[in-house]
Amino acid sequence: MGLYASSQRRRTAAVLTLFALVALPWFLQVIDQAFYVSFASRVLIFALVATSLNLVIGFGGMVSFGHAAFFGAGAYTVAVLAESGVVSAGLAWPMAVVVAALLALLVGAISLRTRGVYFIMITLAFAQMAFYLVVSLKAWGGDDGLPLLRRSSFGNLDLKDDTTFYFIVLSALALALVALDRLAHSRFGRVIQCIRENETRMEALGYPVFSFKLVCFVIGGGLAGLAGALLVNQTGLASPSLLHWMLSGTLMVMIVLGGVGSVFGGVVGAVLLLLCEEFFVEFTTHWPIGLGLVLLAVVLWAPLGIAGLFGWGRNRE
Amino acid sequence: MRHTKRLILLAALLLLGASVHAADKVKVGFLSTLSGPGAGLGVDIRDGFSLAIKHLNGKLGGLPAEVIVVDDQQKPEVAQQASEKFMKKDKVDFMTGIVFSNIMLAVGQPIFDSKTFFVSANAGPSQYAGDQCNPYFFNVAWQNDNLHEAVGKYVQDKGLKNVVLVAPNYPGGKDAMVGFKRFYKGKVGEEIYTKLGQLDYAAELAQIRSLKPDAVFFFLPGGMGINFVKQFVAAGLSADSQLFAPGFSADEDVIKAVGAPMLGMFNSSHWAHDMENAENKRFVADFQKEYGRLPSLYASQGYDAALLIDGAVRDVKGKLDDKDALRKALEAKRFKSVRGDFKLNTNHYPIQNYYLRVIGRDGQGRVTNKSMGTVFTNHADAYVAQCQMK
Amino acid sequence: MIQLILEQALNGLQFGLMLFLLAAGLTLVFGIMDMINLAHGSLYMAGAYLAASATQASGSFMVGIAVAMLGTAILGALLEVTLLRRLYARNHLAQVLATFALILIANEVVRMIWGAQPVLLNAPDELSGPVNIGGFLYPAYRLLIIGVGALVAGLLYVLVTRTRLGMWVRAGASNREMTEALGVNVRLLFTAVFAFGAALCALAGALLGPLLAVQVGMGENILILAFVVIVIGGIGSIRGALVGSLLVGLVDTLGRAALPSLLRMFLSLEVASNLGPALASILIYVLMAAILFWRPEGLFPARA
Repeated sequence: MGLYASSQRRRTAAVLTLFALVALPWFLQVIDQAFYVSFASRVLIFALVATSLNLVIGFGGMVSFGHAAFFGAGAYTVAVLAESGVVSAGLAWPMAVVVAALLALLVGAISLRTRGVYFIMITLAFAQMAFYLVVSLKAWGGDDGLPLLRRSSFGNLDLKDDTTFYFIVLSALALALVALDRLAHSRFGRVIQCIRENETRMEALGYPVFSFKLVCFVIGGGLAGLAGALLVNQTGLASPSLLHWMLSGTLMVMIVLGGVGSVFGGVVGAVLLLLCEEFFVEFTTHWPIGLGLVLLAVVLWAPLGIAGLFGWGRNRE
Repeated sequence: MRHTKRLILLAALLLLGASVHAADKVKVGFLSTLSGPGAGLGVDIRDGFSLAIKHLNGKLGGLPAEVIVVDDQQKPEVAQQASEKFMKKDKVDFMTGIVFSNIMLAVGQPIFDSKTFFVSANAGPSQYAGDQCNPYFFNVAWQNDNLHEAVGKYVQDKGLKNVVLVAPNYPGGKDAMVGFKRFYKGKVGEEIYTKLGQLDYAAELAQIRSLKPDAVFFFLPGGMGINFVKQFVAAGLSADSQLFAPGFSADEDVIKAVGAPMLGMFNSSHWAHDMENAENKRFVADFQKEYGRLPSLYASQGYDAALLIDGAVRDVKGKLDDKDALRKALEAKRFKSVRGDFKLNTNHYPIQNYYLRVIGRDGQGRVTNKSMGTVFTNHADAYVAQCQMK
Repeated sequence: MIQLILEQALNGLQFGLMLFLLAAGLTLVFGIMDMINLAHGSLYMAGAYLAASATQASGSFMVGIAVAMLGTAILGALLEVTLLRRLYARNHLAQVLATFALILIANEVVRMIWGAQPVLLNAPDELSGPVNIGGFLYPAYRLLIIGVGALVAGLLYVLVTRTRLGMWVRAGASNREMTEALGVNVRLLFTAVFAFGAALCALAGALLGPLLAVQVGMGENILILAFVVIVIGGIGSIRGALVGSLLVGLVDTLGRAALPSLLRMFLSLEVASNLGPALASILIYVLMAAILFWRPEGLFPARA
């Protein structure tokens, strides 16, 4: 990602943002808005899942409309494990990643045999199947979702403390972004981008295109699973709405606003969308109209999103 | 710098001498279902609550009242977020409003843990009446089973033999079936569980037709009930089977939508708008003037919830931090309810009468409920024995 | 027993035909303009709300339907000319996002104008009772829906296969440049197709309003089913849309009806009544995934 952007400028901005985020809880305490620390955690978790989708759509060029299924899978894994007494983060969170990745493997293996709009539809179909399955199982709470009995335990750290949890989420997001950046600049990353630009040529050149795309899809799914594990800890409830297609759509909105294919696209988009939701609702309950209009404007005139406006996106669409 | 300011504040507090100080206003978090098919219920509770505040001149217990209204969209995850915000950001003194029991059960524990009082104007799950009863949970309406118990008794007394039961598959629906069967001892042809929020009952009605029951007891609040009754009549089933329901499915919102086909339908309730006491007359008259429609039982519950809070705050003279005193004040239930006199049980649920109503035409020719008689007197819920609170 | 099956089959038929009204417009737009239109569900919602208001204002259900169809057609045409036309050349992601944005806007606008509570729409009194079909009773209103649906299906068939307009539409779908070269005003044609699809949505919304509920977000649930239908039936094919919608309608309804009873032989009542409808829903998606896998073009592909 960001193959053509100035890496020095990007790096400085990233470091500055990291400092700001680290200082955020202290700042919120000072202005007596400590409630917003938990809100900030939520924003960062969505930044993570949006970034995972950006890997699949923006970087990999695969327009998946069922990404929410992996997000929800991660959340439910942690909740189900907690019910059976497994609360250690060291065990439950990797399990969430594995379950989500396996689901992505299954979905991807079948869906990636299709192209274009059919790929979009079939990923949607799988997500809907997962959604209806989860809604119907009363053992997993059905419509109302599965409450998380206890927050995951992370060594000595108390995850019930909002600030501690925030820093864990921030670390996870930062690590993920660094890892993805590395991935993007690796040989794998370059091959994926070439496949996105011209799949036929890469096939002709003898690359196992299907396998590369599948790996990219699975990594995106697994990362979404991690985000799901974090989210269920933040909200305390694994709900079927996490697998709903409207959430997949919302994630797509985030990455388009933030910048499809840019490393920070998911982060910028998630921050923008959730901040707008939280604050504009104070002025008018009809703020989604504004969001819709902005989204339309971005799609029509700024296809590379906000990050694109800063030259951090891809050069081509 | 910050430390100095803090010391000054601390000194000031100490000088005031009271470890518990009186609040300068009462903050109430009103979380309810204001959109979707269940919206009619939440809106009525909200309007009833607001009317009470108006009657109290914008005050609760003599202190200015700040009521923050949030829509839970009938989704547990939305309710959870809103509830957390109420507790951590707005730091409300009371919460109220929730319509559906599944939502109540999803947000209950964290609210009680934060020592915030929840005065339920509707949801009365059996869990909170029995072994999960909690000092911070109060219910001014009824326990979920109660209205269904009253219908069950009436159907039993009427001698009907073959009944089919219909309710949505959620805690309130389950309580309904259990409550009805507690007093109806005849044959149950079938217990049909529908999906919460379901609107098309073609499949269930076809099933009912094949069972040929004498009576159909259904609990489908709000929009669900409207559709069920309309489709029941459309399918021609009203000719062979009589419909019975708790007041929830036979109140103003459903009547307004369905109209004449509901004439003659019996239902149960703890309140009716033609009750003769002074508080009720004022409530019904002012509600019509303010909102242009007759109040439903939901509105009466919202009204009473505000009055309960008002009485309790007045009792503790505004010292909302003294949770023990506030709880005792709430338990004392010092207000005159629009439904007549009732008491609160040890599990904080009401002990009250339950009446039979029938849908007919009133003096102005409107289709509405008329009181018919009393089914239960001073009836308590069936779960209070399992509650540890004394 | 026979009566039960018959009644459920009629219900499935009714549901399927309403799905067809939505799927027909959707498949034409998708097939001819190659555009994924998520806002199709919002046009359905607009139709239902317009019908509700018009029926209340005029007191006549027929007026309500007419106003709904006309109003939504105009709305659709306006949308197409100002906004959607720019999306034809764009990739599918852009189309998904832009029309998703329209869903958000539409829901809020409806909420602004009509409020968050559902709006009342009642069928005419003459149709609120049952009809006697050879000894058994069936709701008159549902029978009307079946009738209207079948009529529209027939009309569409005639329109698309027997008229010049239909020929232009089919030509435009298979080869736009050639059709333009032959002098057909393809732009106008596209607007007309879109407006027509919108009118069909409005009809479905107006007809289903009394049966379901006229509320914000009512379009989203049925939209996904419509997409499933056109994928199963074949994008761009009206015949495919009809077969697909009847298939989906029957599978969904009969599944919902039969599965709980079937499951109750092995599972408890509550589990069965929860699992039944869920399995019926999953079945539809399994069907779609299977068809996409083995016949990716659908049952009756429109394009060669």
